[in-house]
Amino acid sequence: MKYETQKVALPFFMLAMALFALQIVFGLVAAAAYVWPHFLSEAMPFNISRTSHTNLLIVWLLIGFMGSTYYLMPEEAENEIYSPKLAYFQLLLFAIAGAGALISYQFGIHEGRHYLEQPLWSKLLITISFLMFLFNTSMTMLKGRKTAINMVLMLGLWLAAVFWLFAFYNPDNLALDKLWWWWIVHIWVEGVWELIMASLLGYLLIKMTGVDREIIEKWLYVIVGLALFSGLLGTGHHYYWIGTPGYWQPIGSIFSTLEVIPFFAMVVFAFYMFWKGSRNHPNKAAMLWTLGCAAVAFFGAGVWGFMHTLSWINYYTHGTQVTAAHGHLAFYGAYVMLVLGIITYAMPQIRRVQPYNQVLNMWAFWIMTSAMWFMTFTLTFAGVVQTHLQRVLGMNFMQVQAQLDLFYMMRFGTGIFVGIAALMFIYSVFAPAREQASASVKQQPAIAAAE
Amino acid sequence: MTEGLTKAAARNIFYGGSLFFFLLFAALTAHSHFYIVNTSTQPMSDSVRLGKHVWEKHNCINCHTILGEGSYFAPEIGNVWTRFGGHNNPEGARMALKAWMNAQPTGAPGRRQMPAHDINDEEMQALIDFLEWTDSINTQDWPPHPAG
Repeated sequence: MKYETQKVALPFFMLAMALFALQIVFGLVAAAAYVWPHFLSEAMPFNISRTSHTNLLIVWLLIGFMGSTYYLMPEEAENEIYSPKLAYFQLLLFAIAGAGALISYQFGIHEGRHYLEQPLWSKLLITISFLMFLFNTSMTMLKGRKTAINMVLMLGLWLAAVFWLFAFYNPDNLALDKLWWWWIVHIWVEGVWELIMASLLGYLLIKMTGVDREIIEKWLYVIVGLALFSGLLGTGHHYYWIGTPGYWQPIGSIFSTLEVIPFFAMVVFAFYMFWKGSRNHPNKAAMLWTLGCAAVAFFGAGVWGFMHTLSWINYYTHGTQVTAAHGHLAFYGAYVMLVLGIITYAMPQIRRVQPYNQVLNMWAFWIMTSAMWFMTFTLTFAGVVQTHLQRVLGMNFMQVQAQLDLFYMMRFGTGIFVGIAALMFIYSVFAPAREQASASVKQQPAIAAAE
Repeated sequence: MTEGLTKAAARNIFYGGSLFFFLLFAALTAHSHFYIVNTSTQPMSDSVRLGKHVWEKHNCINCHTILGEGSYFAPEIGNVWTRFGGHNNPEGARMALKAWMNAQPTGAPGRRQMPAHDINDEEMQALIDFLEWTDSINTQDWPPHPAG
């Protein structure tokens, strides 16, 4: 850690991890209701646990992105954070907005629109906090060096804020509501968040592989270009059945097929740079998360997305457990693994020790990733059975669900493993450091010191 | 990587191309907006508008799907009007929907439970109007089966 204010990231990472753990708790409650239908059905009906599960995901990822930005911005801009105090204050506001929304859900207070359930006051506070964050980080960048990494990152974060403004527009016409709702929900996760993802991956690769910045930054522009060229019109795959014109079927099918390409490019990019890299970075765990992120994002977002994105397939699979399978692996691979990777990379430096508890951290990686894969398979099988029975044979929804119990039990089991792995991860980064000088550190002390 | 592609060229392609695709997407969305208002949806009564609000107030979307979007815990609602026979017997469908919602939670063993929602008569009428209106949206023949 070269700059003192990089430690601003620490409370962001701590809060993000606390909310990550909480997200898994609500996920387990929701998964339990699939297996034991009466589980907490009075105290916390499914709609509340599910709202909490999805909202926490978004909130902790955003906090993770903010922490990552505060961590890397001083190094990229070669300039201390503009105002650390503002950063802490803006985090406090964001935490109040998030926690307040979460508590209000338990009392049935929400706006009742999927992912945008936050009460109005919470939405306003989130907007204010995010603008303060953008001001603070943009000022840091403007006063310092502008690299492709921090430019693309800031562009992604600013656009996320701009598209968030559609959260304040709720037309009475349900079809219009859906049309514009996707301007946040799709354009975030399959558009501007990919800018954030690609630039953070680029940063990690520059730091850990030692490959020349010029090469990585050129790749970065190519990848984010592909992401937006395909992702914007790729929104069309959500416009098939909501009352929009028929031309979205060919447009959505073609462009969402192309959406696989940037994810494929990211895998090739990450592994090629790893192979090409001269440096043997001591933080093996962070490298593992980085490569894992690119690979699982390709499968979860790319392959599992493509599986049901063509309109004539989506006609049958739309809104079944196939969608749930894709959603879980895509979010995990693209964004969860990314933030966990950044935290794994940054925490030893923030704490000013050698990479520590690496073995535990890598166990957390393998257990969590395997469990998420298994969850994806169970939900995929459930979705295929559901599609056939319900959409082809025309069986009643609840009768079909009764056939899927085995899959839902297995999914609940994998959720427990994800929870265990998350606790291992949190312990590995925040608990007392255990000396684990790896072989490469002994051989190349100069490089470790250079970091 | 093509040797000929410089970083500056890659950057310009990214900014220029993204702007092009954004403008194209915005234009098509604007057209879709007018298409929805004028062609694919019916005019809305005040009751339908209130009904959407009732739908949101009870967070229905985090169990049900509507037009295939939402949660996957409970049946699709976009075509519930068709499923309850509303096209042949609107009064019957209306009574059945109301009776069904008022009977929740059923407490039936092994069956997922819909929470009890405190919905008064006016809101119940509005909610059902909203469901009937939603069923009339031209969704390109989706869902493939009345089962939803």
